[in-house]
Amino acid sequence: MTARTDKIDKLAQHTARSDAGVSLAAAAWRRLRRNPVFLLGAAIVVAFVVLALLAPLLAPHDPAEPMLGDQVVRARNEIPPSQPGHPLGGDQVGRDLLSRLLVGAQQTLLVGVLATLIGLAGGLVLGTLAGALSGWVDTVVMRVVDVMLSIPGLLLAVSIGSLFAQPNQYTVILAVAIVQIPVFARLLRGSMLAQRHSDHVLAARALGVRERAIVFRHMLPNSLGPVIVQATLVLAIAIIEAAGLSFLGLGNPDDRLPEWGQMLGQAQNVIDSHPELAFWPAGCIVVVALGFTLVGESLREALDPKSRR
Amino acid sequence: MVQSRKVRTGRLAAVGLSAVLVLSACAESQRGQNDQGAGDATAKAGGTMTFATEGAPKLFDPFFATDGATFRTSQQIFEGLVEFKPGTAEVEAGLAEKWESTPDGKQWTFTLRKGAKFHDGTEFNADAACYNFNRWYNQKGAGQSPAVTGYWQDNFGGFSDGAKPSLFKSCTVKDPQTAVVELTSYTSKFPDILGLPSFAMQSPTAMKQHNADNVVQQGDSFVYPAYGQEHPSGTGPFKFSKYDKANGTVELVRNEDYWGTKALLDKLILRAIPDETARKQALQSGDVQGYDLPSPADWDQLKKDGHKLLIRPAFNVMYLGIGQKNNAKLRDLKVRQAIAHAIDREGLIKQQYPEGAKVAENLYPDTVSGWTADVQKYEYNPEKAKTLLAEAGASNLEVTFYWPTEVTRPYMPNPRDIFGFIRGNLEAIGMKLNVVSKPWNGGYLEDVDQAKADVFLLGWNGDYNTPDNFIGNFFSDPNNRFATGSATWGAQLSAEIKAADAEPDTNKRKAMYEALNKKLKAEYLPAIPVAHSPPALVTSAKVSGLVPSPLTDERFHTVSLG
Amino acid sequence: MLRYTVRRLLQLVLVVVALSLLLFAWLRSLPGGPVSALLGERATPALRAQLTAELGLDQPIFVQYFKFLGRALSGDFGVSTGVQPGDSAMEIFLQRFPATLELSVLAILIAVAVGIPLGYLAARRRGGVLDNLSVVGSLIGVAVPVFFLAFVLKQVFAVELGWFPTTGRQEGGLDATRVTGFFVLDGLITREWDAAWDAVKHLILPAIALSSIPFSVIFRITRASVLDVLDEDFVRTAESKGLTTPVIRRRHVLRNAMLPVVTTIGLQTGALLAGAVLTEKVFAFPGIGQALAIGFERRDYPVLLLLILCAAGVFVLVNLAVDLSYAVIDPRIRSGSGGGR
Repeated sequence: MTARTDKIDKLAQHTARSDAGVSLAAAAWRRLRRNPVFLLGAAIVVAFVVLALLAPLLAPHDPAEPMLGDQVVRARNEIPPSQPGHPLGGDQVGRDLLSRLLVGAQQTLLVGVLATLIGLAGGLVLGTLAGALSGWVDTVVMRVVDVMLSIPGLLLAVSIGSLFAQPNQYTVILAVAIVQIPVFARLLRGSMLAQRHSDHVLAARALGVRERAIVFRHMLPNSLGPVIVQATLVLAIAIIEAAGLSFLGLGNPDDRLPEWGQMLGQAQNVIDSHPELAFWPAGCIVVVALGFTLVGESLREALDPKSRR
Repeated sequence: MVQSRKVRTGRLAAVGLSAVLVLSACAESQRGQNDQGAGDATAKAGGTMTFATEGAPKLFDPFFATDGATFRTSQQIFEGLVEFKPGTAEVEAGLAEKWESTPDGKQWTFTLRKGAKFHDGTEFNADAACYNFNRWYNQKGAGQSPAVTGYWQDNFGGFSDGAKPSLFKSCTVKDPQTAVVELTSYTSKFPDILGLPSFAMQSPTAMKQHNADNVVQQGDSFVYPAYGQEHPSGTGPFKFSKYDKANGTVELVRNEDYWGTKALLDKLILRAIPDETARKQALQSGDVQGYDLPSPADWDQLKKDGHKLLIRPAFNVMYLGIGQKNNAKLRDLKVRQAIAHAIDREGLIKQQYPEGAKVAENLYPDTVSGWTADVQKYEYNPEKAKTLLAEAGASNLEVTFYWPTEVTRPYMPNPRDIFGFIRGNLEAIGMKLNVVSKPWNGGYLEDVDQAKADVFLLGWNGDYNTPDNFIGNFFSDPNNRFATGSATWGAQLSAEIKAADAEPDTNKRKAMYEALNKKLKAEYLPAIPVAHSPPALVTSAKVSGLVPSPLTDERFHTVSLG
Repeated sequence: MLRYTVRRLLQLVLVVVALSLLLFAWLRSLPGGPVSALLGERATPALRAQLTAELGLDQPIFVQYFKFLGRALSGDFGVSTGVQPGDSAMEIFLQRFPATLELSVLAILIAVAVGIPLGYLAARRRGGVLDNLSVVGSLIGVAVPVFFLAFVLKQVFAVELGWFPTTGRQEGGLDATRVTGFFVLDGLITREWDAAWDAVKHLILPAIALSSIPFSVIFRITRASVLDVLDEDFVRTAESKGLTTPVIRRRHVLRNAMLPVVTTIGLQTGALLAGAVLTEKVFAFPGIGQALAIGFERRDYPVLLLLILCAAGVFVLVNLAVDLSYAVIDPRIRSGSGGGR
């Protein structure tokens, strides 16, 4: 419908151009292995995931408890400096910053992965419905999708975020995820539509394979390439948008289990006296978002038939 | 610290985009010129001061306003019959030089100041004063909405149509310098309430000319007439010049015909900067010369940077409310006392509140009549709290605990951390908390007002110096957020509060309020007073003459730059 | 062509009406509301009920919606309860839209001025140091949260170095004349140079922050499409004909590479609007974004509704313009077979 959606559709057509999905993937992997950009991104992502999963073991202190008992005076901004056992010092409320960053990695990963999965699942249902059934289902679903796409992403997330009576970690995830549903839906539908008349689908149909089997055994698997690319990029977007929500005061109000965006949002007002409280989570967000973006972009490039020349 | 920051940012700037550097180099030369221009402003009198406020004013007619931003502006333009002594909540002479009342407190004779003139050139006299009273009393239609004339309804009650009883009866002109106000009953609040920004004197001529009362309800909000938007006319030391809405700035200029000491500043610009950190940075960079409500966490830094921090006397209270409606266990006094013993208020104040904050023992600060130190104190004692819970058979007490997000209040600088502290205290005595956090305007106030919370964080900023402004507001209607109506003693509490307010004899009244405060602590305990916290304002070093007011009623006519 | 345009415009109307219904129901089902914002701590259950009834908020949502629709058709979108209480939502939009537009235009200009030349140079020297650096730089531009970038810029260039003002659109005491609502333009029209320059100074930092994402996108598209064009046969032909490099660059490469770039610029409006909410908050810049942020905080239904509708409308219109330019170039779209529809 719009040029924005056109971009999504273009990505959708990448796989459809080749019926030989497996050999395409193999060829892409061969190119990726030698791509330094991809390797850098992959290294960041792997390091992040490992840190996040091991966070409870690695974190030296309880991220929710003040590291020096109740000595920190929040009202006077007396933040514990770096000291033995607490290499990064404390945060505004006197909790060990390193532990919070580590546990924050886990929570951030959770936000990114869950938001992406929910967005993907929603998109999968809508996109498959539209792509497989076409006709009026397609029209209705795509109309809804287009309306959703017509609101800028963060605005939509903000609206959804403020809809919940009691904001918490999962409402943030949901707000970020719902914004991604129409993107995935459109992507899948476009990709399936492009395959509708491709040789292998026509062949299957000629062989008398049932329609449902065609959709689930042939069309859907072949649409996954661009979906995976998009999912990688969405992981980065989700983490950044969650931070934006926190900044606008719509984040998770419970900070016992920290998340980087929430830490950054809370550190805004001490940025001049204690910039490190903002720079640590901000740096982590940037590096991780960069990692996912690098992986996503190089995947996209590898799958793009043009770059195969 | 400052030194190292300069070095760091210097390095940052060096690696910054070259385009930025080119542009900013031009900007720097421009800035130098501006500074020279502002050089004249360092003289004692004259100059322009820009002060950053939290929000833009709703309008300039304070009678129709309830928001601090409107009052901040209107208090420079208008004056009331009585005023508050700078830096206190005590009443002093305003446009009325003196006043006296009959012994029953129902008839008040005000002797008015001579020579005061409204900004439109007309004279202030008894006719004008009574015109104002009658204007307030005769509001109709949308003018009777609590969102429009909230202060009138809180303090005077109803209107001339008689739908609800009103405190006000009549205002008569005895002679040009004397106005007599009659009330339907005595209240401890009078004449103090006349010092409220809403009840400032406005020019009858200007109000008639610009349809001042023509407020209309449209759709789901209210539209105000031209008077309140563009033509406010008072007697104060500053005149309204313009409101640049697109830029969020209100410009006031010196009133050359002011009856008293004229303002030192040529111009006062009030600029709305909603974001607290943005206000701080605007001061640090010199864009504004002062701002309202710096975060307590910034106080030390601001002082270190050489700014003037003006701390207002604390005229507020923060309390932990205990609802009587939903949780039967909480109707047991022992359980409420256990909660009171469980909270380490000293520790909370040391950790979370700014310097100058005090533990609250009454539900209002000690500058208000009837305050007494002789109340049950409930020292911090978790063991005693556990014992009390056990005695009440409530060892596994489970309560719904509400705390607000998206808000800071002067009495509650950081709700999240204050909540965190109290949660720790309550869990330590074995209570189980079902925590509910909601945005302030997004359900918190709504739920709390409907008594959905078992325990909740809230408070009150005083408007004027009477006990009724605090506890009357909380409990005089038994259908309140504490649901005291559901408790056996709720009706009695309301009756006692009304009786104290209606007692004309000052000494008797004081004794009644003292007794009430003791009972509120020892027998009723619908809320545990926690803290009185002083809010602040801050100016750059060269600003002098600003007196912090407990009522946030600072006047800028004594302010000078340099 | 005309039929295509009309059809798309009708679709736009449908989208806006559907959106208005969705938003209306949505906003009013949010917990809390203007009553809380208007009464604050003074509220009692009785006052609350009275005001709710006065504002008509106790009626069923569809009744409220039809009342709203009736007024909206006569141009009345309601009156603000929180952002600027008493002003009509339309007034607030008209006041603040020029601010956000000025900001967005400057942001796009910066993104174009830096992104296109850099993209071109990077593509010419593919794999070189400049190329790798700027590719990674553009990816970082996407990865940095906009509000954090805004914060750092402000702290460094406004607070520490004092080169720029920290907040707002213009100094208060300038006595600038207002003509169009575009402060820079007003200053130029009325020849109040100081006012115009002051307005520009207020725009620069937020515009740089806001340009980070459009810059990254424009840079990458430029680079990609220049690479594509450099690979095309006609460039090779031109080279083989012995045309000098500058001529090839001007005549062939740039012109052919610009098409996707131009359309991409249009696509960035959405990102700009979202970024404006964050950037304007940091710089206390009185634009649409700030009004939205305050509106959400104070539950100002009429303002939120109108601003979101207008934002969506502008977004859809710009997209339509972009699509129409596609249609002019590519006849296949006109028949309706393109774009996956």
